[in-house]
Amino acid sequence: MTGTAEGTNSFETVIRFEDVTKSFPGPEGRHVVLDRVNFGVPRGKITVIAGGSGQGKSVTLKLVLGLMRPDSGRILVDGQDVTRLRGDGLRRLRTRFGVLFQGAALFDSLTVFENVALPLQERLRLSRAEIQDRVMTTLDQLELRGHENKFPAQLSGGMKKRVGLARALQLDPEIVLFDEPTTGLDPVMTSEIYDLFVRTQDRIGYTAVIVSHDIPKIFELADQIVLLNKGELDVFDDPREIRNSSKPFIREFAEKTMAGCPQNKEGAGKQ
Amino acid sequence: MNGHSYTPSVVPKLLRPVVMLGNHALYLLFDLGRMGVYLFSALAGIFRRPFRYRELVKQLHFIGTGSAAVIFFTALSSGMVLGLQGYYSLHKFGAEGMLGSAVSLTLIMELGPILTALMVTGRAGSAMCAEIGIMRISEQIDALECMAVDPFRYLVSPKFLATLISVPLLTVMFDVVGIFGGYLAGVKLMGVNSGAFFNGMQQSVTNHDITLGIIKSFVFALLLVWICSGRGYFVQSIRGAGFGAESVSRVTTQAVVVSSISILIFDYLLTAILL
Repeated sequence: MTGTAEGTNSFETVIRFEDVTKSFPGPEGRHVVLDRVNFGVPRGKITVIAGGSGQGKSVTLKLVLGLMRPDSGRILVDGQDVTRLRGDGLRRLRTRFGVLFQGAALFDSLTVFENVALPLQERLRLSRAEIQDRVMTTLDQLELRGHENKFPAQLSGGMKKRVGLARALQLDPEIVLFDEPTTGLDPVMTSEIYDLFVRTQDRIGYTAVIVSHDIPKIFELADQIVLLNKGELDVFDDPREIRNSSKPFIREFAEKTMAGCPQNKEGAGKQ
Repeated sequence: MNGHSYTPSVVPKLLRPVVMLGNHALYLLFDLGRMGVYLFSALAGIFRRPFRYRELVKQLHFIGTGSAAVIFFTALSSGMVLGLQGYYSLHKFGAEGMLGSAVSLTLIMELGPILTALMVTGRAGSAMCAEIGIMRISEQIDALECMAVDPFRYLVSPKFLATLISVPLLTVMFDVVGIFGGYLAGVKLMGVNSGAFFNGMQQSVTNHDITLGIIKSFVFALLLVWICSGRGYFVQSIRGAGFGAESVSRVTTQAVVVSSISILIFDYLLTAILL
């Protein structure tokens, strides 16, 4: 089974998967999650990666960041092969990324302020006053002022995600990866997080890759949709294409998950 | 390679133990290799800038100051027991005057470094392993890497440096308190002559003995911080550790056991080489 890239031809791609295979050992031999997949992530656009549990969505993000290595194939970020990078080269590449982890991955021994300030303290030579100013501005934008001295354990799930987003966006990254950003949130908080995506993306203009189960809602934001199933990968520019796919798995996926999804992209419309 | 293995179904049943043995040997080599790279990265991280002074002070406080009370009481009781046991043994030969020498040499060369390292392993090493393990499973270490922050310089190396500073100092404290305990039991309780006690100690303890004790404490400190923090760092890929919170608890137990056994083995080796 080989994944194919469609739909990204008209855009410049910033991330490109070329014949990437990734498998893990299991009780009955290797479990292949990506089988020679090819696709590109268009620059400045929102790409949503969807699929069932255990289909390799989060693995895809970890491969882009060099946190995992593929069994074979290349992953290019602006032509630079992530799979060949080590040490300082990999560290330099990662400076271009912001990441919002599934569980926010906040440092639980640091306060909200310290969590958001960490990338500034570690990566930029700023005075204490400048850091204070930048962090408080971000916390204001994400409606977190007043919570800066709290520890992650004292925050709700939605607040943790917002702090994670504040930290991910602190250095104005070119590419932001979101791993299940709305899992476990109520519908109101989910909408707030989506609003935040759109507002921050409009402001910074980053390329976004979002792994999400929140279908069909997440498709409203997407410029490109990547569906993963049993190592196979399909790329769509429009949710409508998913319904009309010739593959039985994808039609079944659409029937089960896309009830209430707009019939065409214009109907979906970004917020 | 990682913490998992499998036996291909095509291998005849009789040969499967051989395959498993091979798998274990390969895993052991892989584990030793990555722990070696981990040790090198952690030591190199000590010299990378910017240096985290505040984190070092925090770790010195946790590992050093925090362990002082338990070291004090362990040293006092060990010294007093040595004083009493030594007195009864030496009394049979009328050699009570040698008590100071026996207590101080035993403490400085053996009990001080060993018991200090074992106590710090139990108190601070287990905490280090659990802390780093939880940071690993909750993706906090991944988050550091994604922010292009070196997790060794930021997280691991301050713990290494603090342990390498704290354990020898705690060992010196153990020796002093232990000798005081021996003095209390031997001189104040059993009536050994105070001058004979200190004179025996002064005559028998050489600079070489003190140096041996300090070298041992450095090696034990390195072993305990390496094994405890390293097991936590690799918690997700240790064979048989399981997943989530259970993996952290199992790996923490394993780290304390392996550290303690390594300290005892290295104690024998160092004594044999340096004595």
